[in-house]
Amino acid sequence: MRMKISIKNVKNKFLDKLRELSGENIYACYQCGKCSAGCPSLSEMDISPSEIIHLIKLGQEEEVLNSKTIWICASCFTCVTRCPKGVDLTKIMEALRQITLRKNVDHVNLSSIPKKALSQFPQIALISSFRKFTA
Amino acid sequence: MKISYFPGCTLKTTAKNFEESALASLSFLGIDVVELPRWNCCGTVYSLTDDDLMHQIAPVRNLIRVKEQKDTRVVTLCSMCYNTLKRANNLVKEDEEKLNKLNDFMYRENVKYDGKVEVLHLLEVLKNEVGFSEIAKKVKRSLKGLRVANYYGCLLLRPPEVGLDDPEHPTILNDLLHSLGAEVIDYPYETECCGSYHTVVNVDLVVERAYDILNSAISQGAEAVVLSCPLCNFNLDNRQKEIKKKFPDFKGIPVFYFTQLLALSLGLDERVCRFELNFVNPYPLLKSKHLITGA
Amino acid sequence: MSRIGVFICHCGLNIAGSVDVGKVAKLINKYPGVIYATDYMYMCSEPGQEMIRKIVKEKKLDGVVVAACSPTMHETTFRNTVASVGVNPYRCEIANIREQCSWVHQHDKEKATEKAQEIIEAAIEKLRLNKSLTPVAFPITKRALVIGGGIAGIQASLDIAESGYEVILVEKNQSIGGHMLQLSETFPTLDCPQCIATPKMVQVDQHPKIKLYAYSEVEEVSGYVGNFKVKIRKKASFVDWDKCTGCGLCIEKCPRKVPSEFDEYLAKRKAIYTLFPQAVPNKPVIDSKSCLYFTKGRCRICEKNCSVKAINFEQKDSFVEESVGAIIVATGYDLMDKRKIGEYGYGRYEDVIDGLQMERLLAPAGPTRGIPCRPSDGKVPKEVVFIQCVGSRDPQHYYPYCSKICCMYTVKQAMLYKHAVPDGQAYVFYMDIRCNGKGYEEFLQRGLEEDKILYIRGRVSKLFKNGDKIEVWGADTLTGRKIEISADMVVLAMAMVPSEGVKKLAERLRIATDDYGFLTEAHPKLRPVESLTSGYFFAGAAQGPKDIPETVAQASAAASKVVSLFSQDVLHREPIVASVDEEVCTGCGSCESVCAYDAIEIDPIKKKAVVNIAICEGCGACSAACPSGAMQHTNFTKRQIFEMVDAFT
Repeated sequence: MRMKISIKNVKNKFLDKLRELSGENIYACYQCGKCSAGCPSLSEMDISPSEIIHLIKLGQEEEVLNSKTIWICASCFTCVTRCPKGVDLTKIMEALRQITLRKNVDHVNLSSIPKKALSQFPQIALISSFRKFTA
Repeated sequence: MKISYFPGCTLKTTAKNFEESALASLSFLGIDVVELPRWNCCGTVYSLTDDDLMHQIAPVRNLIRVKEQKDTRVVTLCSMCYNTLKRANNLVKEDEEKLNKLNDFMYRENVKYDGKVEVLHLLEVLKNEVGFSEIAKKVKRSLKGLRVANYYGCLLLRPPEVGLDDPEHPTILNDLLHSLGAEVIDYPYETECCGSYHTVVNVDLVVERAYDILNSAISQGAEAVVLSCPLCNFNLDNRQKEIKKKFPDFKGIPVFYFTQLLALSLGLDERVCRFELNFVNPYPLLKSKHLITGA
Repeated sequence: MSRIGVFICHCGLNIAGSVDVGKVAKLINKYPGVIYATDYMYMCSEPGQEMIRKIVKEKKLDGVVVAACSPTMHETTFRNTVASVGVNPYRCEIANIREQCSWVHQHDKEKATEKAQEIIEAAIEKLRLNKSLTPVAFPITKRALVIGGGIAGIQASLDIAESGYEVILVEKNQSIGGHMLQLSETFPTLDCPQCIATPKMVQVDQHPKIKLYAYSEVEEVSGYVGNFKVKIRKKASFVDWDKCTGCGLCIEKCPRKVPSEFDEYLAKRKAIYTLFPQAVPNKPVIDSKSCLYFTKGRCRICEKNCSVKAINFEQKDSFVEESVGAIIVATGYDLMDKRKIGEYGYGRYEDVIDGLQMERLLAPAGPTRGIPCRPSDGKVPKEVVFIQCVGSRDPQHYYPYCSKICCMYTVKQAMLYKHAVPDGQAYVFYMDIRCNGKGYEEFLQRGLEEDKILYIRGRVSKLFKNGDKIEVWGADTLTGRKIEISADMVVLAMAMVPSEGVKKLAERLRIATDDYGFLTEAHPKLRPVESLTSGYFFAGAAQGPKDIPETVAQASAAASKVVSLFSQDVLHREPIVASVDEEVCTGCGSCESVCAYDAIEIDPIKKKAVVNIAICEGCGACSAACPSGAMQHTNFTKRQIFEMVDAFT
């Protein structure tokens, strides 16, 4: 429960990369929680969306990248519609996923899906799933 | 009137009931939709990272196809295609540098994209080009007595700069269904996400979401759910099997594409609606409302 | 011929850090017309000013250039300094070598020094041709106009009247009192607002020096500070208030009921009505939009029952003109319309109410006698959710500012709710708690500890109706969870916005407002109760969200400004104004059309422009527009400007 913070947490490559990929300024977030309260997938997440932003500010790269949250996000855009500061959380979530995916680490495995199911899905389900979860 | 039409992959396969009912209705209403030649998958969903231009090629290429047809507007039915095409379009309209890079990359294309195509959803065309009151006049089989819950989902309405209606209290589907004579049920889950692409590997999440949405509609007295997206349709219609397994008290409810009810109410032959492709059997409901004849 | 002295300030390192002031002083000493030039650490200090006085006397200077910071800082200081030793203050020029030189060219000292020298030379050229001027004196009408009869307007009127000057108080509603009279109890003392405000209202009514125009609006204002002419529209009340005895029979007999604005649409009033029992003046008004006679041509029961024949359906709006010397704008606030918030239902849910509606439900004389009841079915709610910051602190969709009073009135309302419904539960969704007044923090803690209000830190993302409950989906950022509450009633602390119609009024008065319609003060820190337009002062929430103690303090402050204005015999105006050379002027009217202050008129007989130097603010637009050069700006003539340009080039 203890966390030691120094300037290295607050200024580092992870934050630069995040800024570059998402284009968003996480310091605009004033932790109101509206995103978490409106998130339809919240019950399946381990860390709430607003906490993710706070943890990023605290430089907790590993905890954030290893969370279930960023993979449970369904990109429904409810958060960005309601955020009073105009922070685009969907872009931050995408950037966090991409940081892992671009290391060539897939989150979903095509071969794990049974063939019968594959033929039943509408293509858009497969395409969007692979877009979000694979490298 | 004539307008370019982008179907998207799913409308040609698992969502034939969406496309055929739509095309038949449009033809009846006097709108000539011309399917784009050589269209490709729009590459749903819109890529959200700032440095990713590769994933914008697919949608922009379709807009080039529109230009090749010497047209300035394209209509689509699928919410996901609508959102992806429109967002990609907005991106290149605002960022000339990105547009130039894309055009350079697609040097093999005959035409360069100039950001001047407008992406429309069928609902916008019905509202603005035809007018709901005009449609009401052409209704032959009123949906009177049918209580519907319209499900808008996410990508039709959000983010607000792309959405075609107010994201908190949208009315466009409600207005359309009113003009067809149906009674529209108000329920709080009409804009809550169905779980989207999680249906591939996290079925449980989708089951939870779909149950909340459908149950809310049923508890407010809805007899049918009406929507515009093949993925939402899969999650709310096909997944009812899994919902029943997890929630044995779940009553079930037929799910329609709005164009199926549109075609039906305009008096078209019910075969264009391809109801046999709907997962939850809609025939008992439709028969009880005297909306279809025969067995 | 000129004997000019140049004094160059170091301003510590502010100027000397980028400009070589010693070098500039040496070079300027050789400039034609300069008798003396020197540099000094802090010209504005007492020794600095003493130095100027000494040199002026010794060297018999007839003009002084002080090269220092912006004239907005110390022009007045140095003008007074030279005036004290017999040099006309308008023969003192400020050369800004700080904001316009040293501060913006910190990285190029050589060029900065060169530029500083040029700026000073330009100032010298201007000074050479400067005329000695005397401020013009005008008489002052020692009567004040106060627009708005809420607690701010009432306090300001009383303060001015007690100082012996006449006050015209104009209030658009039929009674003074404003929103304060609608409140249940006031924080942090839980005082009854009607009890503390009504004595002041009666004082206003009875004060020999206050002329009250209720149910009236300011139609037009012309003139200038000390000499305003105000046209006031007295709206038709359709009741002759001189004859009316206030017996109330007309109200009793009236058959038509409509939603009451005073009760925030939670109760009904009659078509003929007074605002509340302690209204000042306590005379009724007929609402022509709902009255059966005006809308359908029948009834007239009030007229039949009035024993003094005070009802007059033919009454029309009338106009009066008043002359005043100063105007206080105290138009107050409104709450943002809750129908604008999509995620909270666009105002469709009856049991989702705003702060003022809750005040009426809690008010002992309110529609539910102080026990809050649900507007939908009248039942007493057992679980009430309060949501703070609705519309405030939301730069993306609504207003970026904090409305200041919501944290306090929310805890007050939650406490009063618990006192009225002891077995109920209050929840407050908050982002921060702002309790920065005297006794405020203690008040909050009392609410938390004694009344056990549950404070949940997070905003509410969505709420919707579910059966007869309101489902509230909020966040608890302290535990990272989503909180779902099935509430019986929800109270929204809506953002505070300026009173309706203020933007249009401000345009008519020619005073500035900010983007949201709040009146803009002359300086946010040091001049909070006055406008940059002379003669206008502000009090209360019209200038920005504030609570009652601050409003009353500001009202007294504005009153003191007015009284100090009236304590002078005459008003002096800056003489740096536009002036017309009548022999060159052809009466084309270009100047008149560009003047933002309506200070120029074309004399119809002589066909020459005439400048009203009392209103002219010296902006220079007319001199720039004048095609013949007949209109010149005193001490900023075309010749002077060209000489200055030459100094630079």
